[in-house]
Amino acid sequence: MSRLNEANTILAKEIIARYPKARSATIPLLHLSQQQNGYVTEEAMAHVAELVGATPAEVQGTATFYEMFKFRPVGKYLVNICGTMSCQLMGSEALLHHAEEVLGVKPGGTTADGMFTLEHAECQAACTEAPNMQVNYRHCHRMTNEAFDQLIADLREGKRDADIPAHGTLARIRQQIPAEKAVGPVSPDDPARPVWTPAPEVK
Amino acid sequence: MSDEINVTVNGVPHVARKGQLVIEAAADAGEYIPRFCYHERMSSVGKCRMCLVECDTGRGPAVTVSCMATVAPDMKIDTQSPTVKRMQEGVLELLLANHPLDCPVCDKGGECPLQDQAFSHGPGESRFVEEKRHFEKPIPISDLVFLDRERCILCDRCTRFADEVAGDPLIHFTSRGNSTHIATFPDEPFASYFSGNTVQICPVGALTAKPYRFKARPWDLQQEESTCTTCSVGCRVVVQSSRDEVLRYMGVDSEPVNHGWLCDRGRFSFEATKSAERVLQPLVREGDALAPAAWNVALAEAARLIGEAKAAAGAGSIAVLGGARGTNEDAFAWARLAHEVIGTTNVYAQMGDGLPVGLLGLDRATIDDAANAATVVLLSPDIKEELPVLYLRLRAAAEQRRTKIIELTPKRTGMTPYAWRHVGYQPGTQVAAVDGLLADADVAAQLATGPVVVVAGRANLAESTATTVQALRRLLDAVPGATVLPAFRRGNVVGALQVGMRPGKGGLDTRGTLQAAADGKIECLVLVGSDPLADFPDHSLATRALAGARRIIAVDTFLSASAAKADVVLAASAFAEKAGTHTNLEGRVTSLARKVTPAGVNRADWMIAAELALELGSDLGYGTVEDITADIAAKVDGYAAATPAAIAADSDGVLTAVPGAIDPMNHVEAVIGERNAYDFRLVVSRVLYDQAEGTAHSPSLAHLARGSAVHLHPLDLDRVTSTAGARVKVSTASASVVFTAVADDSVLRGTAWVPFNQPGPNVGELIDCFAAVTDVRIENV
Repeated sequence: MSRLNEANTILAKEIIARYPKARSATIPLLHLSQQQNGYVTEEAMAHVAELVGATPAEVQGTATFYEMFKFRPVGKYLVNICGTMSCQLMGSEALLHHAEEVLGVKPGGTTADGMFTLEHAECQAACTEAPNMQVNYRHCHRMTNEAFDQLIADLREGKRDADIPAHGTLARIRQQIPAEKAVGPVSPDDPARPVWTPAPEVK
Repeated sequence: MSDEINVTVNGVPHVARKGQLVIEAAADAGEYIPRFCYHERMSSVGKCRMCLVECDTGRGPAVTVSCMATVAPDMKIDTQSPTVKRMQEGVLELLLANHPLDCPVCDKGGECPLQDQAFSHGPGESRFVEEKRHFEKPIPISDLVFLDRERCILCDRCTRFADEVAGDPLIHFTSRGNSTHIATFPDEPFASYFSGNTVQICPVGALTAKPYRFKARPWDLQQEESTCTTCSVGCRVVVQSSRDEVLRYMGVDSEPVNHGWLCDRGRFSFEATKSAERVLQPLVREGDALAPAAWNVALAEAARLIGEAKAAAGAGSIAVLGGARGTNEDAFAWARLAHEVIGTTNVYAQMGDGLPVGLLGLDRATIDDAANAATVVLLSPDIKEELPVLYLRLRAAAEQRRTKIIELTPKRTGMTPYAWRHVGYQPGTQVAAVDGLLADADVAAQLATGPVVVVAGRANLAESTATTVQALRRLLDAVPGATVLPAFRRGNVVGALQVGMRPGKGGLDTRGTLQAAADGKIECLVLVGSDPLADFPDHSLATRALAGARRIIAVDTFLSASAAKADVVLAASAFAEKAGTHTNLEGRVTSLARKVTPAGVNRADWMIAAELALELGSDLGYGTVEDITADIAAKVDGYAAATPAAIAADSDGVLTAVPGAIDPMNHVEAVIGERNAYDFRLVVSRVLYDQAEGTAHSPSLAHLARGSAVHLHPLDLDRVTSTAGARVKVSTASASVVFTAVADDSVLRGTAWVPFNQPGPNVGELIDCFAAVTDVRIENV
């Protein structure tokens, strides 16, 4: 279950074919694996390494650089409460404490039912809407304790499924590149242009 | 157009080269800029910021990272301005914020760039009072290397080395920001053949090697520059010792040879020198046992056995095998003893696992020639396994797009990922493979683009040399002007062969000698550091030969399987216990240093030869090693320039000329039968870690030998047995051996590969050294 499943392996190969070098697909494939399992497993990193022709250590090194890749199971909803200045001034600390009480976990923790993981985040670029928080990276502006309680209740009841998919889902509509437009491996020695590069106009 | 660029370094005019880095230009001008991440053999990354200087190109002084910026015309480089000084202090204060101050218990303390530069360029005190970051430490990242992440300053040297130089990116920066650290993937250790180099280039004590941890303090070490004799690449090293015990090798940056790198086998096999299992005194057979004897007794006994043999059946009944383990001086003294004093022509330094000595008479390429050639053709074994640093040089040439590599091998090798063309051939079909290759228009065009170097060696021990020689001839005829880099493997085999450890007129080579011994025609067999039972591919013949030789004299450092059968064992001194010279595969003669006292009462091979000659009534006339070195320069064809003074004067040594005395190889026809479709054609070759004395007696390396197993292509394995790891019987007409079967997609279909000289069942029992190829039947048991 932890490696990419068959459908995703096929998708992975299609994604790889979009790039002149297979290892350029490392991050898209890590997203794919996170979408499959909710987090990036060791087996998935090893599988991605096989697919892109890197070592697992390189894939791990790249993956761990990014905050949005998780390496431990997280809840269906990842709740990030901003703690940077504007939000801090507008009461995000109180909001975080409220969230801890409501969910019964400290930042970094996941509720026993596996629904919510609470995190303390740095600036989410919504300072005008402070205090801001995100659920699975979807913004929730000008949060109050009451709005938070309502949001959690809605999420538990599945009322927000339409706009907040489960953690790991990056895009629900995948880009499709027709096979003849896929680039495939390109040797660095090959002077030919990738097919998607428009030819220079001749006057 | 001139590529000179005028700059000033701290106000002093200096002429730099176009494209040169500021840090290098300053070094040329005599200004050492402190640095941690910059390493002249790797690409610049500008990570540590220690090399900040001020450069003024006419727009006022600007802070510049000197390892990233190249010189510009009229650049004023200031390495000592108050701004630079303040920046250096700031960088060091930040680096030391998290670096533990455990120098008194750190192996690097005393030779640590961070310690030294904190002293010379640091602020003197820190304002940091918070808790430093903590990690579990030290953690083993491989069998040989430990990592202390608290000491690490994230300079990217080890990871860059692993990626750029070794091609094994198994360690990588992990996580980000303040939690960045070096890590391997879980359960995938940094099992690179070159991992020891990361310890040498680590600018702090973060990486330490198991054999040296807590063994010495750098200021107690004494060192001598020498040459590694583990394989025939001849990497320059310094041998470091304390209290008369070898503790460490460090690679020396030799431009024509190793660029400062060493393989782990070379770096750590010094442990064998101080092994408790060394032979520490001469031994003489008394009944079934070997009993300690004084030198005069043992030498007299050896002389008596030689005299007896000569009296019984003439000098032709005496054979001398070996000499590749020692120095040129050892080999020359033994060659003179054999040829002149004993009078035999049956002398050979190779153990039936190389190519004919005639290879040395061909137009020779140097390692540099190969690394700068337009095309390198590998008609050789896996050089990553057998000649690791040559692999690094050729890999770099391919990666830097200087050289295209065409590989002809019976299985995929460590070089295959970097090869421009890889041709896998069934053993015995090399000639067809070469013909097919030459018929390819792309290949023909590539071969015509510039210098071509052929690396020629023995790729398969279960096959005669005839086809390889024929294929090499075909290649050299088709590519006029191509030069040959002989991939002889054993330490000083090239030197031994050149100075005379080769058959005289009508003399027998090793195979001939062993056959004669097995037939009872050898009265006295002298083994000079050679172990036919372990190294001669045809184990059955070696066993019969050692049983059939009436008397055996062994000169060895260990009581090897063959030496244990001897009537007299003369205890020889090992590497680092004797001085002399060494000739590498390109014919480069470099110095070997004596750093420690020989174990026990052991003597250098040349002394033993000289003493034995005296016992036999002749005086070789040698009092010191230099006498012999000078004698070699005077007498050996091609060695005229290799005088003691010339070798001592240049760390890179002296390149010898191609000797005219060695006839180029003759054309030999080989008859190869058709392969039965049910049989597998056997490929046997060496891997880096095997049961060679230097590896088996080095505790850190001994357990790295992978063990004997038969490797089959996964689809072939399915034909033979349903499960990997099953026991299978591998049989020829005359012998059968049971191995574990392993799926290995580097093996060609229809062939079976077995690593040679590994713990476990002996593949040598299947090899017939008179057969052109070895076909085997593999059955499930």
